[in-house]
Amino acid sequence: MDIHQTRRRRVLQTGGGFGLMAALSAAGFVVPKAALAEWNKAAFEGKTVADAMKALGATSPAASGEVQIIASDIAENGAVVPIQVVSRLAGTQQIAVFVEKNPNVLAAVFDVGPDLAPDFTTRVKMAESSNIVVLVKSAGGFATATKEIKVTLGGCGG
Amino acid sequence: MANPMRIRAAVKDGITEVRVLMNHEMETGQRRDAAGALVPAWFITEVTATLNGRKVMQTQWGPSIAKNPYFAFKVKGGAAGEKVSVTWVDNKGDTRTDEATIAG
Repeated sequence: MDIHQTRRRRVLQTGGGFGLMAALSAAGFVVPKAALAEWNKAAFEGKTVADAMKALGATSPAASGEVQIIASDIAENGAVVPIQVVSRLAGTQQIAVFVEKNPNVLAAVFDVGPDLAPDFTTRVKMAESSNIVVLVKSAGGFATATKEIKVTLGGCGG
Repeated sequence: MANPMRIRAAVKDGITEVRVLMNHEMETGQRRDAAGALVPAWFITEVTATLNGRKVMQTQWGPSIAKNPYFAFKVKGGAAGEKVSVTWVDNKGDTRTDEATIAG
């Protein structure tokens, strides 16, 4: 009886040790690396729309009427410019928003998973009057839409 | 720890619209303080959301998103009473998660 109990304990200890190792390797090495890799540094540091698009893998994007930017033509305050982007392209996978004249042009990349509708609303900063460019990656390749927004008060301290 | 988010979620015709208001400075790294020193960049880089514990939304942000970001997105499915949780991570590694219940 005693022997059995000791053995059982030993097995549990060993098992626990393995479990801990697995948990550590999962938490400490595999998961955070994968999570960090998701933020596309090259794209977000792009200084021109063309550079940032290239970093996102976009090749020869064509303008499309199926991509819609909903925003007012004039923004009173460049620090807070509400914009909504909607894609009606079949199989939309990703939507990226660029502010052409900002120091870092890429504002956001929305991944459109199977559970999401390709319809996002947010607020961006604009240093000055500029084009807003939206890039959509869909089953049919890349497509863009552009809208000019005039800013009456700059976004950087004004 | 950062301030809490305000999350509103409502389901209509099988689509759950989630609206989130986050509390974050969103420093671009371009601005200078009164002494002329560059204010270091500090902004949210990643936002994810789950519906009943299942990841449904993932997005990456740059510093061009406005201060105290507003973000709305639409999730297929969802029902009144279910839980939506939103998490952000910033470039300093700070993170915050908040949860809301879907309204009918």
